[in-house]
Amino acid sequence: MTLHDLRPGESGEILGYKPGAVADRLMEMGMLPGSKVQVVRIAPFGDPMDLKIRGYHLSIRKTDAARIRIAKCEI
Amino acid sequence: MATPTSVRVALVGNPNVGKTTLFNQLTGLHQRVANFPGVTVERKVGTMKGETDVEVIDLPGTYSLTPRSMDEQIAHEVLVGRMDDPPDLVVCVVDAGNLERNLFLVSQLMDLGLHLIIALNMVDAAEENGLTVDASVLEEELGIPVVPVVAARGDGVDELKKQILDPPKPAKGHRWTLLDAVEAKIPDLSKQLSEEVPEVQPNHIRMEVLRALAEDKALNAWRSQAPVFVQTIETLRKEFAERGIAWRHAEVSGRYAWLGPISSKAVRKGKQLATLSDRIDAVLTHRIAGPLIFLILLVGIFQAVFSWANPAMNLIESGISAMAQWAHTVLPPGWGTDLLTDGIITGVGNVLVFFPQILLLFFFLGLMEDTGYMARSAFIMDRIMKGVGLSGGSVLPLLSSYACAIPGIMAARTLDSERERLITIMVAPLMSCSARLPVYTLFIGAFIPAGTVMGIIGYQGLAMFSMYMIGTLMAFAAAAVLKRFVFRRSDNYFVMELPPYRRPQLRQLLWRMIQRTKVFAVRAGKIILACSIVLWFLASFPHVDIDGESAPIREQAEELRTARYAEAQALLPGTNLSILADSSVENIAWMQAQSILIQADQEYDAAMDHADLVQQSAQIRGSAVGYLGRILEPVMQPLGFDWKISAGLVSAFAAREVIISTLGIIYSVGDTDEESVALRDALKADHYPDGRPVFTPLVAVSLLIFFVFALQCMSTLAIARRETNTWKWPLVMWCYMTGLAYLASLLIYQGGLLLGLS
Repeated sequence: MTLHDLRPGESGEILGYKPGAVADRLMEMGMLPGSKVQVVRIAPFGDPMDLKIRGYHLSIRKTDAARIRIAKCEI
Repeated sequence: MATPTSVRVALVGNPNVGKTTLFNQLTGLHQRVANFPGVTVERKVGTMKGETDVEVIDLPGTYSLTPRSMDEQIAHEVLVGRMDDPPDLVVCVVDAGNLERNLFLVSQLMDLGLHLIIALNMVDAAEENGLTVDASVLEEELGIPVVPVVAARGDGVDELKKQILDPPKPAKGHRWTLLDAVEAKIPDLSKQLSEEVPEVQPNHIRMEVLRALAEDKALNAWRSQAPVFVQTIETLRKEFAERGIAWRHAEVSGRYAWLGPISSKAVRKGKQLATLSDRIDAVLTHRIAGPLIFLILLVGIFQAVFSWANPAMNLIESGISAMAQWAHTVLPPGWGTDLLTDGIITGVGNVLVFFPQILLLFFFLGLMEDTGYMARSAFIMDRIMKGVGLSGGSVLPLLSSYACAIPGIMAARTLDSERERLITIMVAPLMSCSARLPVYTLFIGAFIPAGTVMGIIGYQGLAMFSMYMIGTLMAFAAAAVLKRFVFRRSDNYFVMELPPYRRPQLRQLLWRMIQRTKVFAVRAGKIILACSIVLWFLASFPHVDIDGESAPIREQAEELRTARYAEAQALLPGTNLSILADSSVENIAWMQAQSILIQADQEYDAAMDHADLVQQSAQIRGSAVGYLGRILEPVMQPLGFDWKISAGLVSAFAAREVIISTLGIIYSVGDTDEESVALRDALKADHYPDGRPVFTPLVAVSLLIFFVFALQCMSTLAIARRETNTWKWPLVMWCYMTGLAYLASLLIYQGGLLLGLS
């Protein structure tokens, strides 16, 4: 399952990155394997997503979210 | 720059942590804005309030020291001393509400072995959201002084200053641990790099090695200087990959693994409710309300920029022409005076007239940046912009370009991706700017009938709207083409923080607005001025024989006036006519003579004005501009343009609206503006020698389309040159836009002729 599969309000724990992901940038922003991330909402026109990670809001596109492997979990 | 005794303090921090506010608090207004050499990143330097030997430099906001965007690269290079001298002390501004991610940058700074202080900012906002940060715990764990501040209110700034004047020992770096397997390789790699490149400072070696290991770009940078080192790393990467070691992320993981526990020890979490920011977001990024509010805001900003700037623009224009006139009366006549008045003063006017719009736009852009709404507008619009290779961040620069491409191009700086920045710059001038408006107004007013479609929408309004639509659609098309063929191989991603909403600070907003405008004036001003002078020479030389066409008119006027005076004298024989004007004697003959004289003077003045216009017309026809117009005529004839329009287009290169005054001069119509009925009539009345009209509705449409696409604005070229740091992109820009304009007009005119239109 990837971050792309979560619906607004759902959370997941990052497991790792698939090839082609902007992993280095996302990791610097705190999206590390083991971190919990919540999908807050999807932008009005369907992309990008608003995520909550380490207490702040980060926006990434769905194509990038689809390259982040996660396991669904409670907050 | 800095005297040897002074202390240089660098302010660093993530974007949106109130770094600039703190900078303003530390320096007051003792600051100046310039650019880092060779790049467009702003370099803000000031002296500390009350301590004139402490120099503070505000570095661009950055999430990490890994040089990815231009901003991050600059921050990195300043801190390691590759640009300027390395700072004596670094103050890292940290958002108390977002401690963990902010500490990531702190950990990188610590590894540089700098004297480091943490300014823990926005402790008040964090507390409102249920987060209390214990500064003493943080201080102890990191081994760096931590000063809690609320920069917006000035709280804690005095403590911070004290701390700056009493700098701590260099921070102890490398407290975090790497994966053992990676760590084991570091000493060998460090040795190899320092042997091959002895210039690398000992305390930067480890950082450089880690960076080269993790980043292809960093590794490639060493390829020529340190080939053995590069090869070792490449072999090592393969080895790690085979053993399943996450070498690429080793550094980031190591840092966060160290920081996580520190952060949770220092932060006490209270009851966490939905923050105010989250509640605002629920409305402003709502599926339906979000785009609607964005649209309303845009229309509002637009309207404000257009209408509020107008009076000031008129004032500047009349001020400039009054100044030119005054200079004309004071200085001795001659071409030197003409150069000063018509070339230089008008050239300066061409720059100044943009100021009101630019100031207003920068104000609104700053407001959106400071409140955090800018990020939301990008969030909302990203989906739409993605299709043409841009991202949400390009929305504002492009929209600004409706007012003027110059602030639009400058606003593109906020974009992270260099490819997006370049595409945005390249297509921004296609958005119909306000300088095209007078041209649209003149030709639509003169040649598009005033009727309405279905009684509601006027043809003229529709035509005007079409101009804007055509330009905008072409901008998108051009972006798509550039994305596909020119910037194919660059990365394309969108990772953007949505910072909490914040209350903007007026003083800071106004200050930055003025600073940015100043930078524009200096940057573009020089080139615009030079071009204005060149164009003046082209329009004024070679000098046309002044007496040629206007002399007969003047002679005739003299003769007529003499005859009229004789007529009046006949009514009052023996009276000195010069006393007539002031006298009020009640006498029929006197009154008659008086009215004859007044009329005679009026006629004379009008004839002389006409002679002046004819003379100017002769001048421009005989000048290099007129000559160029005639040279271009064969090329432009397929578009329906004669030499006069071509000459107008040549002069419009200075600025689009100049075509109106040029046509006014050619047609000898005084006082021209886009509303001028005289000019409209003159255009409609003009015929070729064979009797065909020069201007038909089809020619007007062809010309309008030409103006939508053509890049006739040296200011835009000048600013594009500054922002891209090369003449290559402005040149490409000019060529593709002019080519587009020519082809589109050709298609319209020839197509129209084929369809039997005229």
